[in-house]
Amino acid sequence: MDLSPIWLTLKLAAITTLLLLIVGLPVAWWLSKGRSFFKTIIEAVITMPLVLPPSVLGFYLLLAFSPQHGLGKWLQNTFDIQFVFSFQGLVLASFIYSMPFMVGPIKSALQQLPASLAQASYTLGKTKWQTFKSILIPNIKPSLLTAIVLTFAHTLGEFGVVLMIGGNIPRVTRVASIAVYDSVERMDYAAANTYSLILFCITFVMVIGLFIFNKYQAKSPLE
Amino acid sequence: MIDIAIEKRLKVYHGRQILKIDRRFADGSITKIYGPSGAGKTTFLKIIAGLISPEKGRITVDNTTWLDTNININLSPQKRKTGFVFQDYALFPNMTVIEHLAYATNHKDWITRLLILGKLDTLTNHKPVHLSGGQQQRLAILRALAIKPKLLLMDEPFSALDPEMKTELIQELKVVFKELNITVLIVSHNPAELDGLVDGELYISDFSL
Repeated sequence: MDLSPIWLTLKLAAITTLLLLIVGLPVAWWLSKGRSFFKTIIEAVITMPLVLPPSVLGFYLLLAFSPQHGLGKWLQNTFDIQFVFSFQGLVLASFIYSMPFMVGPIKSALQQLPASLAQASYTLGKTKWQTFKSILIPNIKPSLLTAIVLTFAHTLGEFGVVLMIGGNIPRVTRVASIAVYDSVERMDYAAANTYSLILFCITFVMVIGLFIFNKYQAKSPLE
Repeated sequence: MIDIAIEKRLKVYHGRQILKIDRRFADGSITKIYGPSGAGKTTFLKIIAGLISPEKGRITVDNTTWLDTNININLSPQKRKTGFVFQDYALFPNMTVIEHLAYATNHKDWITRLLILGKLDTLTNHKPVHLSGGQQQRLAILRALAIKPKLLLMDEPFSALDPEMKTELIQELKVVFKELNITVLIVSHNPAELDGLVDGELYISDFSL
């Protein structure tokens, strides 16, 4: 039994979640403050993967990063980076595809915090970064954990977008969801069942853990 | 000396009105601000703190310009560092009583004195959710005082205190205000609440446009 698709999936989900946490936090904070036409456009672009068929997103990414065309060709020639049929391509696709799951809950939680919390911190002489780190983030912990778990779990289950840009290369781009499909195609239902069961268990434990944590955290005055 | 001349358009339920104030406040003075609901009392305090910007105006504090819309000067709230007691207290749910004060200042002796002044010295490890309304309000006052501000802005700071606690706290605060020579502006709806504390008044009326 080849377990490499499971490890590859976990590695992809961990890297994607970490990158999205680093990028998603400041983006969510920026989106939560005020409104402008530009912010509305950016928010719509971030939300698009929620409603767009994954194969459509994967197709456009395939076109954009194909080494035969514009951006993909330039990346290949200048930095020797290839996103098509490579693990970094999966990371890029997952990053874009899972971004709304990281940004959405954090943005909503930040918007629900009373504006006076940050204002009180500013009047004490604290910078925006100190306020973000010491006041805002600790008070949105349940939503932050929800965002992390949703992003991780969603990346575990990706299929269309990773198949389009990564293909089905063993130990490189064959993640668990593709391995399930591939096993069924080969009529190897035992392997398909093993991959599926492992994915089901990981996801179930994560979601149960999230619900238990958030139930405990619901005692917070802000919930 | 604090010199304030500002104009700010306010959106209110029945249309628009203008907040227009031109006033000087002497160093160490304590002024009561009152007026009808929605006239802009809280907005006025937030403009002074740098949390809201007016369309036109100038604020100078001890010859330092905090705001001048003619020459595009508008110091950040961090640089103005006014003590601010918010009407909704704005306490940090993740912090205990002692952490609120330690977040504002490193001076341990001053923190100890403030805790005794606000009668919160036995509740140092309690988070706001475990404090009564009066205790939360006192913590909000102590946190604003923790930075030893030159200018203290208080928005309905005694509304949740029982009469006995209010009288006692006001007496204690008078001593601290005098000791630190703090200029204080207090928004209050209660006519008799600040008797014996304030030495001036400012009425803010609602000028409809």
